[in-house]
Amino acid sequence: MTAFLLKRSTQSLLVLFIMSLLVFSGVNLVGDPVEMLINPEADQEDVERVIRELGLDRPITEQYWFFLVNAFKGDLGTSFVFGEPALKLIIQRMPATLELAFFSLFISIIFALPLGIYAGLKPESKISKLIMAGSILGFSMPTFWVGIIFIMIFAVHLGWLPSTGRGEIGTFMGIHSSLFTLDGLSHIFLPALNLALFKLSSIVRLTRAGTREIIHQDYIKFARAKGLSENRVINTHLLKNILIPIVTVVGLEFGSLIAFSTVTETIFAWPGMGKLIIDSIYNLDRPVIVAYLMIIVFFFVFLNLIVDILYTILDPRVRIQGSK
Amino acid sequence: MSNEKTGLSKFWSEFTENKIALISLLIFLFIVFVAIFAPIISPTDPYDLSKVSIMDSRLPPLSENFAGQTFVLGSDGAGRDMLSAIFYGLRVSLGVGVMSGIFALIIGTFFGISAAFFGGKYETFIMRVVDIQLSFPSILMALIILAAFGKGVEKTIIALVLVQWAYYARTARATALVERSKEYVEAAHCLALGNKKIMFKHILPNCMPPLIVVGTLQTAHAISLEATLSFLGLGLPITEPSLGLLIGNGFEYMHTGDFWISIFPGVALLITIVSINLVGDHLRDMFNPRLKR
Repeated sequence: MTAFLLKRSTQSLLVLFIMSLLVFSGVNLVGDPVEMLINPEADQEDVERVIRELGLDRPITEQYWFFLVNAFKGDLGTSFVFGEPALKLIIQRMPATLELAFFSLFISIIFALPLGIYAGLKPESKISKLIMAGSILGFSMPTFWVGIIFIMIFAVHLGWLPSTGRGEIGTFMGIHSSLFTLDGLSHIFLPALNLALFKLSSIVRLTRAGTREIIHQDYIKFARAKGLSENRVINTHLLKNILIPIVTVVGLEFGSLIAFSTVTETIFAWPGMGKLIIDSIYNLDRPVIVAYLMIIVFFFVFLNLIVDILYTILDPRVRIQGSK
Repeated sequence: MSNEKTGLSKFWSEFTENKIALISLLIFLFIVFVAIFAPIISPTDPYDLSKVSIMDSRLPPLSENFAGQTFVLGSDGAGRDMLSAIFYGLRVSLGVGVMSGIFALIIGTFFGISAAFFGGKYETFIMRVVDIQLSFPSILMALIILAAFGKGVEKTIIALVLVQWAYYARTARATALVERSKEYVEAAHCLALGNKKIMFKHILPNCMPPLIVVGTLQTAHAISLEATLSFLGLGLPITEPSLGLLIGNGFEYMHTGDFWISIFPGVALLITIVSINLVGDHLRDMFNPRLKR
């Protein structure tokens, strides 16, 4: 286990290093770093000062070293547009994104599990076929277009739900979130559903496949033979066993929810990290772009590491292989 | 030769057994036809500035323009016929999607097959890179590349290729590993054929079926990803109006209720993606030995 942890952590560090190299070279070698990192409105004196400060007059290897050292200190530059440290801006917007991602994860699970189990138990019924057709559609529909349709139907035509912003933010046990006020909930519903749709379709398919496989296992037959009610067979024996692969996938895919939230946040003007990066790209706010990319890469590497470790804890087979 | 023909016709009859897949294929071929012949079959040239009039902007579907032509799907904010804009948009979307798919197929297959063939450290290294890349969602990879290098046609294609090659590499390696240990490869070795020849003349053709499946599904994915990136304004430039860009243009008018500007290009995009996915799904089932009767 220790060997595995060590090996896996080293690999994570290596990935971080390579990604930082990629981002760094993207900003510094392809474009003109002076033009990219210094506010275009700065005067000549300022430009020279910043060039010295950032070490842009040094050789390229030394510059990369500077970039790494600054990144470790948590200094990823200052936004041109907001005039605040890029890191601070991103951290300020992180809760909104996490809240959206968690809520849409919640939506996809509570809808997908019953639908998937039903489709798995009665694969030949009309409703099951409808569910599966729907999941193909949910898979194929581009997230951004679904978002537009949602706005058109629920916000413009029916006028039921608001389509922009985060709404009123409530506080509960020291946590600020839109989930604690009715107004906030009405604001989060459409974007969360939009973000959830893709995940929902994939969890439905996974659940169905799992159900169809497990329903023929001996322990299910035994549970039925014992005379347990169908409800109890499904709720305890079946559900517990299909949950293992689903939890893994959901954990792994949480990151992709964060990544796809850039699209949803832009459409619904949700004030999270994703909207910030897209706005920054429009405004050529390069320090924020670099900072976002570094943070998101760090986040992903960390997430993958956690999932891998959890996996070894949950599944003994992996543990044995890893320690060899 | 005759043997190959019966193989093909057997394949075809097996494919057409599934009516949904057949219909999807026909729809997809129709879309390809529209994309190729867009300049000929479009009612108007939406990018000929002398013919487009701002007087015709945001006309609802089926209304007539100033010059007396009917705009079946309405017009956009600049007075372009939506139907023609969609035809031209399909051209760009399909072009970029298919092009990136082909490049990714070539690059991924090369690394996948060579990894399986040579094994050892080289294989470990390639597959590590593939694993790491697949652990990042594709939209994030594309975002990183386009945010760092800027937008443009070539850059979008490069981003799509970099996002996709790993899927092909993984599939090609897995299939080639099985093929490598078969007798015909051993025979080729005995004939002292060169490595290149064995890899690409003998192993590659036998790896094609699964690669074609991945190819169809990945192309659908690439088209969807390009549309997303272009919608966000990060992918293709305004001079190459793909479906994603058309939808993005219509998004401005969404809140005023002019639904047709972004809905219709979206429907075209959806039909394209769904038809490719259904064909790919069926091909996968056909090539899957576990589902063979």
